[in-house]
Amino acid sequence: MMPAAGQRPDYEALGLTDAEFDLICEKLGREPNGVELAMFSLLWSEHCAYKHSRKLLRRLPTEGERVVMGPGENAGAVDIGNGHAVAFKVESHNHPSAVEPFQGAATGVGGILRDVFALGARPIAILDSLRFGELDSVRSRHLLDGAVRGIGHYGNSIGVPTVGGEIYFEGPYEHNCLVNAMCVGLAKRDEMVRAAASGVGNAVVLMGASTGRDGIGGASVLASAELGDGDEEKRPTVQIGDPFEESKLMECCLELLQRGLLVSLQDLGAAGLTSSAGEMASAGGVGIDIDLARVPLREADMEPFEIMVSESQERMLGVVEPAQVAEVLEICERWQTGAAEIGAVTGSRRVRVLRGEEVVGDVPVDALVDGCPLYDLDPAEPQGWLYGNADVLAERVATATGAVGDPADPSAILLALLASPSVASKRWAFEQYDSIVGSRTVRGRAGNGAAPTVSDSSDAAVLAIPEAGNAIAVSIDGNGRRVACEPHTGAVEAVLECAQNLACVGAEPLGLTNCLNFGNPEKPGPAWQLDRAVTGLADACTALAVPVVGGNVSLYNEGPDGPIYPTPVIGMVGELPDPARTAGSGFAREGDAVALLGPFSPSLAGSELTKLRGKLGPGLPEPDVDGVAAACAVVRDAVRAGRLASAHDVSDGGLACALAESAIGGGLGCRVDLSPLLDRGLPAEQVLFGEGTGGFVLSGERGALESLAAEGVEVLVIGEAAGEAIEIAAGEAQLSVTVKQAERAWRSLAERFELAS
Amino acid sequence: MLWGVLQFPGSCDERDALHACGLAGEARLVWHEDRDLGGADAIVIPGGFSYGDYLRAGAIARFSPAMESVAELAAGGGPVLGICNGFQVLCEAGLLPGALLLNDDLRFVCRQVELAAHGDPPPPGGASARSRFLAGIEPAERLSIPVKHGEGRYWAPEGMLDEIEANGQVAFRYTAGQNPNGSARDIAGVLNEAGNVLGLMPHPEHAVDALTGSTDGLRLFEGAARSPA
Repeated sequence: MMPAAGQRPDYEALGLTDAEFDLICEKLGREPNGVELAMFSLLWSEHCAYKHSRKLLRRLPTEGERVVMGPGENAGAVDIGNGHAVAFKVESHNHPSAVEPFQGAATGVGGILRDVFALGARPIAILDSLRFGELDSVRSRHLLDGAVRGIGHYGNSIGVPTVGGEIYFEGPYEHNCLVNAMCVGLAKRDEMVRAAASGVGNAVVLMGASTGRDGIGGASVLASAELGDGDEEKRPTVQIGDPFEESKLMECCLELLQRGLLVSLQDLGAAGLTSSAGEMASAGGVGIDIDLARVPLREADMEPFEIMVSESQERMLGVVEPAQVAEVLEICERWQTGAAEIGAVTGSRRVRVLRGEEVVGDVPVDALVDGCPLYDLDPAEPQGWLYGNADVLAERVATATGAVGDPADPSAILLALLASPSVASKRWAFEQYDSIVGSRTVRGRAGNGAAPTVSDSSDAAVLAIPEAGNAIAVSIDGNGRRVACEPHTGAVEAVLECAQNLACVGAEPLGLTNCLNFGNPEKPGPAWQLDRAVTGLADACTALAVPVVGGNVSLYNEGPDGPIYPTPVIGMVGELPDPARTAGSGFAREGDAVALLGPFSPSLAGSELTKLRGKLGPGLPEPDVDGVAAACAVVRDAVRAGRLASAHDVSDGGLACALAESAIGGGLGCRVDLSPLLDRGLPAEQVLFGEGTGGFVLSGERGALESLAAEGVEVLVIGEAAGEAIEIAAGEAQLSVTVKQAERAWRSLAERFELAS
Repeated sequence: MLWGVLQFPGSCDERDALHACGLAGEARLVWHEDRDLGGADAIVIPGGFSYGDYLRAGAIARFSPAMESVAELAAGGGPVLGICNGFQVLCEAGLLPGALLLNDDLRFVCRQVELAAHGDPPPPGGASARSRFLAGIEPAERLSIPVKHGEGRYWAPEGMLDEIEANGQVAFRYTAGQNPNGSARDIAGVLNEAGNVLGLMPHPEHAVDALTGSTDGLRLFEGAARSPA
């Protein structure tokens, strides 16, 4: 395993540069041995050290009066009153999912759940943000099917509801799909713990599953001939999830925290014991000794470095006062979850790895965790459109209309847009998730009969929190295509979209988490996208006064055809006082007025229609951020006051699609005249199908809608909810489809792509 | 009435069941290793994935010490309600006829469904007429309750199906077009011959509040609590 004397180890195979290796030697005062090199190579990877993104992330606003825990903890948390907080985080599991979608997505869910219950918060909701190539690709359908089954397998089995999410299908994700999972947990503030080890002499207890060789070749490049014995490279590199193991581990950890038996708790994710022990020691300003002879193993002959970097799932590391170790082990036994005292907190500020009496690794915590050099990017704006374009409108119109539609006819275009996989209902996927366990999921006002089990619309999910006497709303969003058009504006829009989703259910944003999915940061183009998008994120969060309380970065997302669309996925959590006072997205009553509220200035740039026409290119109009923030406040207050019968934000597919979704949701048509927008000089097609932030489609009593103008936002009453058809007049353009036709197109995803069974 | 809600490793809906039972009496959790049911008058075996359900849903849970006591309670006429995984456990334990197989499309499904109570048509004087869980629910009355399961396709040999129909042991049937899993004869829930043990795939504990769906499920808990033993 060790190189011959005088020969430098092959650190490049582990992803370290010459300069980084020299720096490690300098910090240690000698060359690292094999165990130490393995530890450094992982903690100094982009995944753990954020070496290409950390400087950028400093731009994000992280403070706010409701923030309980910010970046640096396992997850962020905000106060929701009455002694309670919600913890949340979104994280990627992209590369494992591209290799093996079922286990990749399942372990993505398992990992984010552990991040949340590590704080002492009981997970109460999962949301997912998925990206695949176009659905007519066999590969994309395979990845979609596997990822949806994997998310369901883990979330359903562990009893945490999957309450929302979004799925986009775009060519640039063909070889590099994105699977981002977000978890939201509820905690009593006085039972929460941080991930900082403290108390010299305290015991370090490893709980949960035993440690195996799985995952060693996955997130790292360790399956190299120089380090391994050659066998492990044949093993699957994707970790295998076991939700039953995690269920027991979760209940056990929550009970231990409730009883006050843990000083601190940390999950084992990427880089396994190395990162958990290193980060806990770093956060607490202490050292940790780990005796590998006491780690429960799946295979007795594991090498020390394998034990230190194994990514076996369903494991947690806790710090326990010596007097309480026996009680902790007893409770673990009761939950039938493994537990072993494997080490101790020391005052050395070093991570020492022992095997019995033998010291097999000894490194300073500071060097290991915070010693990695941080790099500046070398960004340069790409010239022109980096991605493909294909004109598929005629084909899509023919499919959506049974070959009778004319691609120039707005009615036919509407049906094609509604049937477009990124816009269409994802009920096929969402029905495979338990969305109701926990009895918190507010299922809205029933339009006709019982409430649907899952919401089709992209607006926020609402969860009742009787413990705090209120409710929270959660939304996840990030349209990579628009970020590709203009990274700053696209990122701003992603934040605004979440804020609009929350406003539709009467919620005020408390905090957000993000997952930055980008290409190779060492290339100028993706570096420019990342740089601009982070600034956009920061600008939007500052304008809305919403702190970023945590997140994750996933770089190097590229396939043979180039980088993915730059995709910052935003997860936002808000609060509303009364879960009974929310608005649905569907029209609710015949005869209600329909209004367009907010600074909506539609453009075809980056829109779904422009994509179908194969005319995508750089550039997006600047949104009116302050105007959108003001509109969100007005809608939020109106929903809370019960003045609206429905609220839905204008998003993918533009105003015509938003109106159609409200009509489908309520099973009620509408008659709408958009000439006030045409009077501003906008072409009909731009008004109907143009996209941009700031628009809300509202319904309710005419007087109530008109009175919203007094709050200083633009309100146009554009028609009424009535009949069985969606009839929209935009000057010369007349659009008319029945609600049934629209619904058939919108719900065609499973049938059209034979996903149903 | 004092309800006991069983908790196995891997149970998911035990807190939801506890809440629902609490709306129709007192309720407490019963740990799977406890032979003592804590004086419970009625038992709910909740949904979830007991022991991971890696072998066959409910196949391990039926051997738990608590299940021995549940069988004794059932034999004495005490009300026992198995929901989803609990239904699977009761079938595995032989307290209810039939078995639950993988859904016909091999996918998990979470959906609000409509049920018809007492079989539709119910035989007069059968098990469903005697069941306390169905007290106050008229024959053929429609209830809206969600399902969420991957192994919910009710199956029994034809002869056994004829028999349980004749005995009035069909407690709930999915109404036309609502069968989410390919269950034989649209059966969603069955009773034992005496009518005191009920198993069903839909989740009545997730239908006790209009805010989170419907209140139709609450009627099962209230029926059992209010009707005379």
